[in-house]
Amino acid sequence: MTVPARPRVRLATTSLAGCFGCHMSLLDIDEKLLPLLELVEFDRSPLTDIKHCGPCDIGLIEGGVCNAENVHVLREFRANCRVLIALGACAITGGLPAQRNHLDLGLCLQEVYLTEPSLSRGGIPNDPELPLPLDKVHPLHEIVRVDYYIPGCPPSAEAIWQVLTDLIAGRLPQLPERLVRYD
Amino acid sequence: MDASSLSPVLDPILARWGRTPDRLLQVLREAQDATGWLSPELLAATARSLGLPLAHVRGVASFYSFLALEPAGEYRVLLSDGVTDRMDGSLELGERLCRRLWAEPDHTAGDGLVSVRRTSCTGLCDQGPAALVNGIAIPRLDGRVVDAIADLILARRPLDTWPVDLFSIPTNVRREDVLLRHGLSPGVAIAAALARNGAAPAGMIAELRASGLRGRGGAGYPTGNKWASCEAAPGESRYIVCNADEGEPGTFKDRVLLAREADLVFEGMTLAGHAVGATRGLLYLRGEYRYLLDSLEATLARRRAAGLLGATAGGGPAFDVEIHVGAGAYICGEETALLESLEGKRGIPRNRPPYPVTHGYLGRPTVVDNVETLCAAALIAVHGAVAWRRLGTTQSSGTKLLSVAGDCTRRGVYEFPFGVTVREVLEAAGADDPIAVQVGGPSGTLIDCAEFERHLSFEDLPTGGAFTVFGRGRDLFEVARQHVHFFAHESCGFCTPCRVGTSMLASVMDKIHDGHGSRHELAELDRLTSVLGNGAHCGLGHTAMNPVRDTITRFAPSYERRLASADFAPAFDLDAALAPARRMTGRDDPASHLGDAS
Amino acid sequence: MLDGAPVPFEPGQTVLQAALAADRYIPHLCYHPEFRPHGSCKLCTASVGGRLVATCTTPAEAGLVVDSETPQLRDVRRTLVQMLFAEGNHFCPSCEKSGNCQLQAQGSDLGVTTAGFRHLYPDRPIDASHPDAWIDFNRCVLCELCVRASDEVDGKHVFALAGRGLTKHLIVNAPSNRLGDTTFAASDEAMQVCPVGAILPKRVGFAVPIGSRRYDQRPVSAQALDDAPRPAGRSP
Repeated sequence: MTVPARPRVRLATTSLAGCFGCHMSLLDIDEKLLPLLELVEFDRSPLTDIKHCGPCDIGLIEGGVCNAENVHVLREFRANCRVLIALGACAITGGLPAQRNHLDLGLCLQEVYLTEPSLSRGGIPNDPELPLPLDKVHPLHEIVRVDYYIPGCPPSAEAIWQVLTDLIAGRLPQLPERLVRYD
Repeated sequence: MDASSLSPVLDPILARWGRTPDRLLQVLREAQDATGWLSPELLAATARSLGLPLAHVRGVASFYSFLALEPAGEYRVLLSDGVTDRMDGSLELGERLCRRLWAEPDHTAGDGLVSVRRTSCTGLCDQGPAALVNGIAIPRLDGRVVDAIADLILARRPLDTWPVDLFSIPTNVRREDVLLRHGLSPGVAIAAALARNGAAPAGMIAELRASGLRGRGGAGYPTGNKWASCEAAPGESRYIVCNADEGEPGTFKDRVLLAREADLVFEGMTLAGHAVGATRGLLYLRGEYRYLLDSLEATLARRRAAGLLGATAGGGPAFDVEIHVGAGAYICGEETALLESLEGKRGIPRNRPPYPVTHGYLGRPTVVDNVETLCAAALIAVHGAVAWRRLGTTQSSGTKLLSVAGDCTRRGVYEFPFGVTVREVLEAAGADDPIAVQVGGPSGTLIDCAEFERHLSFEDLPTGGAFTVFGRGRDLFEVARQHVHFFAHESCGFCTPCRVGTSMLASVMDKIHDGHGSRHELAELDRLTSVLGNGAHCGLGHTAMNPVRDTITRFAPSYERRLASADFAPAFDLDAALAPARRMTGRDDPASHLGDAS
Repeated sequence: MLDGAPVPFEPGQTVLQAALAADRYIPHLCYHPEFRPHGSCKLCTASVGGRLVATCTTPAEAGLVVDSETPQLRDVRRTLVQMLFAEGNHFCPSCEKSGNCQLQAQGSDLGVTTAGFRHLYPDRPIDASHPDAWIDFNRCVLCELCVRASDEVDGKHVFALAGRGLTKHLIVNAPSNRLGDTTFAASDEAMQVCPVGAILPKRVGFAVPIGSRRYDQRPVSAQALDDAPRPAGRSP
């Protein structure tokens, strides 16, 4: 009896209100990238330039949810990815962008675009092309259901590799103590 | 107010309470009565006078919800926010009052005249909705009473000139048994107990043990054992504490005992003192029952004059009683939190062991008993264990006072022998169409109509006395949600599971209420149940889940019909979260809105 | 008996103290060997004689059966750590205490990857009024170790707790409620004892690089055993 070859796993990645540091960490998998590429094919990702997420096995999202576009992208991922992973501090806690959460958004915009002379040039931008900011920044799990979390700022390449290979092998991802980092 | 102008206010209060740090709460409470709020200067002067760090004084003052650290108005109205108050229309009446007063809820009016806030159930469930004005209870609010209160406040009439019938609180006793028709004159029970003590070495304590009396506050610890342990504990001095901090929503039978049977309560305290060798008693009166303080003090004075308290209390050893008044903290009904509060501290439940019987008030052996327990002990002193055991069931001897409120025609206090069925009580109370009864308050058990043949007893349905009836049309999810908010408000905040868990619980219930709930939230409720039940420091945390647990098992549809169809929804409205940015940019184009996930 | 193996104890020891002295770990956060046990964080909760209690405050007794490493208790502890992360603002990437923080170390050791709950994002301004120290209330977990240290060791009563429930918070002993107006000194025990990044010295920033810090070397479960006081003659 032969075991049928497993089709490659389809993986989508994106960064919402993030700094792409988590994506850099993904690339840091280094020499393991090649074996990983034998296991996965990329859908929407900064690495492919595919603009919309199609049906996928795994979605990896870094960054918090800070504006309307982030919400659309997150929903698109949730609708298309069987497994959704929050990648890094911002996706899991709101992170750096959420440091504005104790400030009033209206006052922030006013300060930056109206009051502060060095910055104000023609008022608060209102181009419909620009996504509007939410009043607060949220981690992914407050907007959609999230299946797994890889903490860290950024998570180590090893932690990402561990979770991805666990999932591809059909194991419940288990990070050992030294890979559960929040900084 | 500067420090020198505070002296005339603070000095007599400090003198009355003996300038000891353990009277801090009583000093703060009276100082607030005198000045309307606890100003930073007043706190500093109090700290100096009692030799306490200012941070400690602020820590205590900020723990109790009746103490105001900001100006709270010349008239401070607290609307009772119990489940039965709301069933009787308290929310609408509150709005009406605010409208009439031009007041915004939860704010002190700019002119400093009035503030209108809500407070946990004030124990007037049989005659609600109720309010406290400057700490004094007003029952039976309706449109007419609310308008009258508003007029009196707007006319700046001093509270002591308001019509007395506004404050009249009948006891509403509906059924009397051995306790409520005891017919004992003051001193009789003390004499009977002294006779028992004289006749046998174990005397009164042995009789109590034989009677099978168990604590009436709800926990049901055998009273005789408690007294025996305290009596046997090493120590120079001992204390008897009467727990009159009746805070469980829906309970008011202790209020009735304190109003009608104060002598019997003090009688029980005195003979307890004689039995265990205590010379001092403390009664911790719920802040909401402040209006009973004067009559209780008058009873004490009368008893002192009659020789029933003092150097030879009722012909026995010395005993006297001091009354402390609480300041709005449900947790202080927990006996060790109550002891902390009696010592003038934040009401945080202690670690146990040691237990109060060996390390209680000021670290001394202490008996802490419920009001009704002490009354029952007095009865047993006179009539004996055998008579007491004739009533009730094997493990629940005697009678129990029930506070019956909610959807029934005859609300009030009922004394039934233990073992009475829920249905018998419902029939006596004229409950026509009940769908559920909350037995023992939110920390007790909520049962549905299939369980009305169950018995009120420690063997089946234990109860501290609350018996709240819900009729057809009542929404049990809302009842549970309100109770969960109550626990979050009353959590002392000491331990992680209760401090965070009760608030998380409230926000999950709010999310379901707001139509954003999903299976995810039901799983969250499970997770919170586990951590509260398994990790919390005291009974408040352990039982905070009970309203949810009971309604979700018995009234699941009231949850299910609120669940959004999606497997997950955010707790908030995403489109509303864009509103500040829309306002600032002036945009209203389609891209400036977020719809539901599609 | 702890998880099926016997543990010796001395009179006066609590279950947690006896376990640590015998080189047996039970997770804990608000407990510190030098201070009176407090029992508020509840991380050390275990089944003692069938009842779930905080082991840091439960006296050890002969014949007690204690179960700690059970799936149920690991779940409870994980949830408690999650609650603490959701309650405050714990932004580890910018925190000087990262790697030396016990909350973080507990999270790593228990495999906590998310706060799970909705973050409360409280608004808690920092206090930088003291010349040598600052308080970041965002990171305070209300363990009261600074309160205990200032009361019991420093004898200064600098710290106290105010409010109740979710509004409970740390205050300091000055009319202005500013640390700079108290008698606090950077040499105080209360300064050293903070398990998280709430009370920190000024002018010390990342002197020890991330990656070389206390819990970067060994998990908290191993460190705590190294730190536990042991009777003379008994080695870990």
